[in-house]
Amino acid sequence: MRVYQGLILVILLLLCAFFAITSDVFLTWANVLNIFTATSTIGLLAIGAAFVIGAGGLDLSVGSLMAFSAITGVMVAPESSTTSVPLILFVCLATGLFAGAINGSLIGGMKLPAFIVTLGMLSIARGLALIFSNGRPVYGLPEGLVFLGQGRIGGVPIPVMVFLATGFVAHILLGRTRFGRHSLAIGDNEQASCNAGIQIFRYKVTLYALSGLLAAMAVILSMSRVNAADPSSGMMYELTAITAAIIGGTSLSGGRASVAGAMIGALIMGVLQNGMTLMNVPAYYQQVAVGIVLIAAVTFGKCRGVHASKN
Amino acid sequence: MLLKIEHLHKNYGSVHALDDVSLSLESGTVLGIVGDNGAGKSTLMKCITGSETASGGSIVLDNSPLPKGNPYASREAGIEMIYQNLGLCLQQDVVENIFLGREKRIKVMGLETPLLDLKGMEREAQTLIGRLNAEINVRKKAGALSGGQQQAVAIARALLFQPRLLIMDEPTAALGVREVAIVLDLIRALKKQGIAVILVSHRLGDIFEVADRIVLMRHGRLIEDKLITETSLSELTQKILCAGTLGDEN
Repeated sequence: MRVYQGLILVILLLLCAFFAITSDVFLTWANVLNIFTATSTIGLLAIGAAFVIGAGGLDLSVGSLMAFSAITGVMVAPESSTTSVPLILFVCLATGLFAGAINGSLIGGMKLPAFIVTLGMLSIARGLALIFSNGRPVYGLPEGLVFLGQGRIGGVPIPVMVFLATGFVAHILLGRTRFGRHSLAIGDNEQASCNAGIQIFRYKVTLYALSGLLAAMAVILSMSRVNAADPSSGMMYELTAITAAIIGGTSLSGGRASVAGAMIGALIMGVLQNGMTLMNVPAYYQQVAVGIVLIAAVTFGKCRGVHASKN
Repeated sequence: MLLKIEHLHKNYGSVHALDDVSLSLESGTVLGIVGDNGAGKSTLMKCITGSETASGGSIVLDNSPLPKGNPYASREAGIEMIYQNLGLCLQQDVVENIFLGREKRIKVMGLETPLLDLKGMEREAQTLIGRLNAEINVRKKAGALSGGQQQAVAIARALLFQPRLLIMDEPTAALGVREVAIVLDLIRALKKQGIAVILVSHRLGDIFEVADRIVLMRHGRLIEDKLITETSLSELTQKILCAGTLGDEN
């Protein structure tokens, strides 16, 4: 895994070198911070994707959960009140956590396919976000909340700090605790894990709840950055997050995942999108590029899996 | 006497899967159980491990009767079973497989932290593998090991429970000649450590290599229980073949 992470780090550097040559702005400090800030949203989703996919699951609902959590959070709070910030944060996080737990309960308890359950949740959450907001974004968030997205501590944007801190905790959680070990074991061989006394249902609920929670954290950072809660936010973000996790070495068939890899994968996606924007590549073409990168990453991951099993 | 089974019955409706089976086993001995498909071998093993509830009779381990149909009590008493598919997580390494579900955690001033004791587990895994005289890199993924080495990992995992009785279901079924030799050596190593082994296998040659006693089952009944020195491969083969013919006639 370490060799692989070194490899994707080299790919990231080559990508940076390419965009640095093609654009004068790319390597400026402001743009670098911009890439990191934009990546923090996708990065949090990618960390969640690494956990869920590593455990043999899939969460397609994270993009919609972002919108649902954001709208639910701002709808319950009194308008532009400073005291409402903790309430917005709490409701936003609780919504993501709860919706994720529903995903996990249906997948773990009813043994329904993760693809179908989270696809259903994708539609439900997006629909509810649009219903609650009448399809319109809510502008003008409380100052304290905006600070979370736009503020800096020691020159470092707060979203970047949240992303790095979350990544550090998640890295420890996945690699150094029973929770991480058991999650990957479930993705590797669910029956063997069950025989070893691991409570599969509990783990699945927790994993999807974690994914939902990270989606809520991601939207708190993104909505506070643009000072608006948008019911259409997070559209197709699940695709980018899954791509980032797979680029980072997470096996689509489960059993293998890396938080550090997912973070590097998210940075690759961030650099790619930023670089293409600087090169004036239209947004539609960028979407095509994300799809191509996803398929390429899965193909590479599959070849890597075959190679690993032969050795 | 470590294990004493007396007049064990198991019925599935009108089908007698086990019919008055009695046998015993001492520590540090290997008992081979043979018989055609449907002879009752698996049912007997399941009753011993507690994953099936016997309809009648008793199972006593070290003078203590085992509660029927209670796998946790059986495991607690020191009975471990390794199934044919081994139940390994192939993308996880040897240490992770051995400690799956029982990971050790770092202690600070006597209190357990959530962090895993990676070095401690690696050391213990190496010791367990060493006890089996197997040469395996414990940081290797289980999927990258040979069949015999995977069997060693499964045995090492069972050893972590400090079993007194280890049941192995067809441990050599899918292995090549070299790998079979490794597994038979593993069984000899267990025997030396005073662990009783029940070896369920269709490969009579393997059983004759390591077993002290051999039991032949047919239609849920125990037909033959002999010391390995009192019988021969050809005699046993003849009896199994006769059983097949009788079965066909019936």
